[in-house]
Amino acid sequence: MTQGINVVGLYVRDQDEALAFYVEKLGFRVHTDVRNGNYRWLTVQHPEQPSFQLGLFKPGPPIHDAATTQTLSEVVAKGAMPPLVLVVDDCRAAYERLSAYGVEFIQEPVDRYGAVDAGFRDPSGNGWKMIEAKPKSESQESK
Amino acid sequence: MTQSPELLRRLLRAKDRMDGASHEEWPVHRLAQVSAVSEAHFARSFKDAFGVPPHRYLLTRRIERAIALLCDSDLSITEVAFQTGWKSLGTFGRIFHDITGETPGNLRARERSVLHGREPVPECVVRAAHRPDLKIAVSEKRREKRVERIEPQSTEAI
Repeated sequence: MTQGINVVGLYVRDQDEALAFYVEKLGFRVHTDVRNGNYRWLTVQHPEQPSFQLGLFKPGPPIHDAATTQTLSEVVAKGAMPPLVLVVDDCRAAYERLSAYGVEFIQEPVDRYGAVDAGFRDPSGNGWKMIEAKPKSESQESK
Repeated sequence: MTQSPELLRRLLRAKDRMDGASHEEWPVHRLAQVSAVSEAHFARSFKDAFGVPPHRYLLTRRIERAIALLCDSDLSITEVAFQTGWKSLGTFGRIFHDITGETPGNLRARERSVLHGREPVPECVVRAAHRPDLKIAVSEKRREKRVERIEPQSTEAI
């Protein structure tokens, strides 16, 4: 493949808090962390997915005016941002592991359509669905 | 009206708890405790944040779940009522009808008669899309319907 998505960003309340969550609890690693004055470009990536970066961005100047900053922060904290999906090999095992780290689960693992999924939130309020990958033969090759 | 992200995040926690267990009882003191705010503060700030008072939000989740169970399971309507948090079948039937405009039995029969291709969309998204939009209180909705029902009769009388 010669084209694909490289970076997708999330708005977070506090970048240090988000970094600790995504790295120490979810097991991502820092890809880029650079600052320019108050502005900080921070991306993490999953160790098994080096082509993709998840940006952890804080709403605020110089990108946003004060009113927009407030609105975006409210929207994130109300959990109104679009859902994110994390694919895992074993949802129940991941649930046990992440629960032990204090990840805030909003839905325990449930069997649906032959796969298991659970839901959690990051500290800012972004909602994640954690879905167990179906065996490749079923989900990929049939398409 | 601005609310701090920290408060909103805590209110979201109460909303998440109702989402996760809508069949349970969620009196304001319990929700306020989850959000770590006073009861008086909770009800108002929840409505400011999410546009509906907490009890009505809970109602929409229960009805949504009831609709899902009616469509996707073979549970009896009584079972659906109890599993979604109602103590009596009568109350469930009445409120269900007030909100959706049809009885649980009719909705089930109608849904079963059409084929669905839901699989490609995550179930939670489908359910959210099917969630009833309760902009006004149920009692208000009931009153509106009563007015509609009365009007034709009154013109007849004239």
